[in-house]
This record gives sequence, C-alpha cells and structure tokens, in this order.
Amino acid sequence: MALLEIRDLRVGVEDREVIRGLDLNVNAGEVHAIMGPNGSGKSTLSHVIAGKPGYEITGGQILFRGENLLRMEPNERAAKGVFLAFQYPIEIPGVTTMNFLRAALNAQRKARDQQEFSTPEFLKRVRDVADSLNIPQDMLKRGVNVGFSGGEKKRNEILQMALFEPSLCILDEIDSGLDIDALRIVASGINALRSPKRAMIVITHYRRLLDHIEPEIVHVMSKGRVMKSGGKELALELEACGYAQFEDAA
Amino acid sequence: MVAVQETVERVKRIDVDQYRYGFETLIETDKAPKGLSEETVKFISEKKNEPAWMLQWRLEAYRRWLTMTEPTWARVDYPKIDFQDLYYYAAPKPKKTVTSLDEIDPEILKTYEKLGIPLREVAMLEGVEPKPGEEDPNRRKIAVDAVFDSVSVATTFKAELKKAGVIFMPISEAIREHPELVQKYLGSVVPTSDNFYATLNSAVFSDGSFVYVPPGVRCPMELSTYFRINERNTGQFERTLIIADKGSYVSYLEGCTAPQRDENQLHAAVVELVAHDDAEIKYSTVQNWYPGNSEGKGGIYNFVTKRGDCRGDRSKISWTQVETGSAITWKYPSCILRGDNSSGEFYSIAISNGFQQVDSGTKMIHLGKNTSSRIISKGIAAGKSQNTYRGLVTAHRKATGARNFTACDSLLIGDKCGAHTVPYIEAKNSSATFEHEATTSKISEDVLFYCIQRGLSQEEAVGLVVNGFVKDVLQQLPMEFAVEAQKLISISLDGSVG
Repeated sequence: MALLEIRDLRVGVEDREVIRGLDLNVNAGEVHAIMGPNGSGKSTLSHVIAGKPGYEITGGQILFRGENLLRMEPNERAAKGVFLAFQYPIEIPGVTTMNFLRAALNAQRKARDQQEFSTPEFLKRVRDVADSLNIPQDMLKRGVNVGFSGGEKKRNEILQMALFEPSLCILDEIDSGLDIDALRIVASGINALRSPKRAMIVITHYRRLLDHIEPEIVHVMSKGRVMKSGGKELALELEACGYAQFEDAA
Repeated sequence: MVAVQETVERVKRIDVDQYRYGFETLIETDKAPKGLSEETVKFISEKKNEPAWMLQWRLEAYRRWLTMTEPTWARVDYPKIDFQDLYYYAAPKPKKTVTSLDEIDPEILKTYEKLGIPLREVAMLEGVEPKPGEEDPNRRKIAVDAVFDSVSVATTFKAELKKAGVIFMPISEAIREHPELVQKYLGSVVPTSDNFYATLNSAVFSDGSFVYVPPGVRCPMELSTYFRINERNTGQFERTLIIADKGSYVSYLEGCTAPQRDENQLHAAVVELVAHDDAEIKYSTVQNWYPGNSEGKGGIYNFVTKRGDCRGDRSKISWTQVETGSAITWKYPSCILRGDNSSGEFYSIAISNGFQQVDSGTKMIHLGKNTSSRIISKGIAAGKSQNTYRGLVTAHRKATGARNFTACDSLLIGDKCGAHTVPYIEAKNSSATFEHEATTSKISEDVLFYCIQRGLSQEEAVGLVVNGFVKDVLQQLPMEFAVEAQKLISISLDGSVG
C-alpha cells in the first residue's frame, strides 16, 4: 500500500477550480519533487493534504496508509504523521519556541496514546536537534518565529520536523528566501531525516534545491494537474526548456 | 508550559456556557427591607453597630446621591436599573461562636469547598488556626478575609499580622476598633461626592477589608479578600481601604465570584489606597463575577471605583487586574501621583466573551514632580462582546518631568465582537514625556492553522496564542494568582472560536 495515494483530486477556491483531477502515489522511503509555475496548484495541494480550511474538495480522495485523510481534522493528521513545512512560517508573539514545541509534541503523543515526554527528556531531544541545525539555544527562548530571519524561520520548520518524526513531510518552497549557506544547512537537515520509513514531497520552483535534496521522482504540475512524472533528469529538462511545453500539453 | 497544559485540560472538561462558580448556597440570611431610603441606610448602620459619625457620613452621601444621575458616557448598554427593587443588605444569620470546624454551618463549609479553598484554609477562615509548630513551613502564607454577601465571614492570620503591627480586618470592625484611622482616611481618595456609584456605595456599603501597615513594615504575607455574592436580588457594595504608612509595603489580592442567575445583580465597590512617603502598595484583582449565559441573560453589573493616592514622595501604587466576569464592567483603577518621584502602574487583562461589555482602563494623574506611570492593557474580545479601553493620562502644570508609557493591545477572536481604544492625553507641562502605543490584532486563521497543523486542537491553539498575548501582564501577578488567572482566561474563552 502506498503511504499517500491521491486519486482524481479536485479542489475549488472561491468558485475557481485550482486542482483539476490530480493523481499522485507516494511510497515510504521516497522523496518526490513537485515543480511547476506560479498558480499551478502546488501550494494548494500541500494545504489540502494538511487540512487547511478554506478549500472546497469537489472530487476525488486522499488516502494516507489507506485511511481517508480528508475526513480527519488537521491535528489528527499531524498526530498520524503528516507534517507541512510552511512557505511562510507564522509568528506567535509571547509564546516561546520551546513552549510551543513542547505543547505540540505532547499533544501529538497524547493523540497517539503515547506518554508525554518528561521535561529533561524533552529538553535533551530539542537540544540535540537544535545543535544539528545550528540553532542557538537563545532562539528557542524567543517567541515563535518572532524577529527570526528568513533562514532562521526555515530552520525552525526543520527543527519541528526532526522533533515530531512525521512519516510524510511536505516541504512547501523551503528554499524561498534562503541564501546559499542557509540553503545548505536546511538541505542537510532535511537529508538527515531521509529514511526508509519516511516519505517527502518537496515543492519548489527551482532546480537549485534539487541539487541539495536529490529526489527519486520529479513531477511537473501545471493548471492543477500532474502533467509529467519522471526521474531527476526531468528537472534538468525543465530547466533547459521551461514550463511552457507542459502548459501547451494541457 | 505546565500551566498551559493544565489550562487546556480544564477547557476540555468544561462545557460551553458553564460557569464553575454558578452554584447557590442555601443559608438563612438577615436582610434589610427592599429598596433604598434613609431608613435603609440607618438599618445598615445599626446592624453594624456603627458610631454616630459613620451614620452621618452615610446619610450625607445618601442625600448627595439623590441629586445625582447615572453616568452614560461609557460604551455599555443595559436597561435602566431600578434602585428601589434591590436589597441593600444581606448577612448570613449568625450562629453561636465556634471553636472547631464541626460547629460551622455545613452549608458555608460546602461553599468554600466548591470554591476550591482547601479545608485547611477553611479551618483558618473559620478561626480554627493551627497550633504553633504544626504549620507547614513550605507553604506560603496568605491571610484571607472572606466576604459573603454583605458581611465579612472570617479573617485568617490575624494574630500573626498583629505581631508585625499590621491591621487586617473587616472594615466594619475597623470602624469600631480604629475609628481615628478610618475617619482620617475614609473618603480621602474617593470623596463621597465622587460619582454616582461611589456615592451610592458610601451610603450603603456593608463590609470589605481594612488594611493598615505601620511605618517601615513590610507586610509578612500576601493579604487576600474573597468576595462572594450569594443572595438573590441583592446588591453588593463593598468598601476597601488600604493605608501603607511611610516606607511600608503590602501586596493585596482580591477574588470575586457569584451564583448563576437569570436576573442582573449590581455590584458597586469602592477601593481606596493611600501610600505615604516611600511606601508601596501592590493591588491585584481576579474578577470572575457571573458573566451571564450564552444568550446574554443574567450576569453581574460591575460598577467599581478604585483609586490610589500616592500621597508621599517616592511612593508607588501598582494595579494588576484580570477581568473575565460580569455582564458589564465599568472600572478604572487610577493613581493620583501627588508625591514627588512617585509612580503608578496599571496592568490589565480584560476578557469579554458572549454578550459581555467591558469599559475599563485607568487614570494616571501626574501632580508631583518627576512622577512616572506605566500602563499595559491587554483587551481580548470574543463572541458578540464589546471591549473598550478608556484611559486618561494627565500632567498638571506643576508636574515637571512627568513620564508615562502606555501600551494598549487588543486581540479579536471571531468577527462579531468589537475592540475600542479611547485614550485621553493632556499635558499642561511642556516637560512631560507621554508615549502611547496601541495595536489591534486578530487571531487569524493562519495562526490557528499553523498551531493545529503541529498537532494542537483548536482550543489548545487559542489558549496558547492568548496566553502569549497576555504574558506581560500575567507576570505581574503573584504566583498563585497567575496560575489561577491563566486557567480562568482559557475557560472564559471556551467556545469562542468556530
């Protein structure tokens, strides 16, 4: 059984159909890249998988380990192992990153009937992960994403991903707003989390990211549909010829 | 985060529209006849065994009140109150003097239990103090005065406070036992003619707390008063007077609850604080009067006058309030910065949900030289509520070097509520430095989705964001109250989203 199975998905936003019959199969252990021009529906797809309100599912289904994902609340999906790294991480003033991480982690564990982590155990885990991502301790004491640089915000997303140990990671334009050094740190953080039990969907405009995170499968999305899938050489082809050829095909 | 987790737990267990303190205690009471007249005023004064000067004071206030009209400038809307349709005095019928816990009216005992005051403290409340040497040394002591309807039921730790020279007793007792102090200070901060509700209070107040801290004394424990309205159709008019003499310090907390009733009940309190040279008073309130049900029926009308006088040089008064209850809140704890180099602070969290209406804020009146004040106000509006911050900062022409910093933040939850900020700023002295910052924000779908995507439920997410929003003010509260207040905030906002 595929970890994630999307069949003929159709999604509308304010009377406009933005995903128009999309199919996608993702197995555990695979890294998929989804590339496509602005407005092709990439971000919408990531939002719908994670359960963001405001979208109307007009057809099709999404199965996660064979279960109907669309029937679950977003927090249930998180507890089942769906993680979305945001393109624009949200600021929460007054709530320290540390407190946020603990509240979220314990909520997920509780939903899975696992015991909450003790304080020392939790602190150790956070410290280990933070060190590997070059995140200084004082950043964890600041409000969630408040006053963080673009790079810090993205590293904070990867920190959460590492801490929550999800089985499906969706990375929505994780490379946007990053300089080359920050990109390297973020990419190596992501690569460290690759595992036979975990799948990733990397959404991006640029092939550059795929030099750092090598995908098994590349999909080209246009006008709400997957137009073509292939190996990583497809990304090179895209770079040479642009998205236009795929749009014409639609 | 422990507290937040606890908050979250609490919220989960509670149904929308359930007010935890909404029970009623059936005990026999002694009531004044319905309505307000000179007779009522005399009845109350007589019940309290008051000296003649006190009765005269009340009657003057009553006569003054007859000439006054209700203020209408606040952004609150309610049907006209019929002041003749109220009881102005109700007291639990006195039983014989008690020597052990077993002899206290079991109904009153049950009330304390439901309010979450542990039995050990109840024993103290009812005057059964632990023997010396049997006290738990790890426990922080808080002296409690409990006011049930119109009378103070019991005050704890009296003896220990007396040793330090601190007077902490019901004001009705202070009128008899320390008339010189009461006569000197009562009405010296809030005069009997001050405003409609304060004047009404002056005529009919029945009880409240009295505190006097002598020169140079740091009060050895937190002082706390617990107010409970129990009787039907009864107004509560408590009066609190706190005097910190030269170089002294006192921290005082008050908590308030009431039963759940369909009709509205009136609460009109007056609090006066006096701080002499180098003295400091910290006054904290957690107000949780019944707010009315989800359709806006019932709830307490809370019309309160609180004012502190920084009478001495270098004196300091600090107000911290967490306002979650009441159908209507009309309350502006203020500081008169009379002494040179004196300072005033106002930290406020005002939460409104359902059909609650809050019009609250502060007045900082700079009179002395080099006085400073600080205002941090956090308003949270949810449901169909209206939440107004109204504040006045003024510098007299002789108040050279006056400084004020004001930050008013409003948070909206949902799209049917309103937040309003009405600051008045007057500087009659060109050397004054007044800063004002204001923000209004919404808990956006994006913030909630971010939290929920990380595994938090909707309620947990709201609780987390709100706790972050009010953190600056919560930190001002004494530890025990901060935890309690945090729980209260989440409960008050339960069911506010979705």
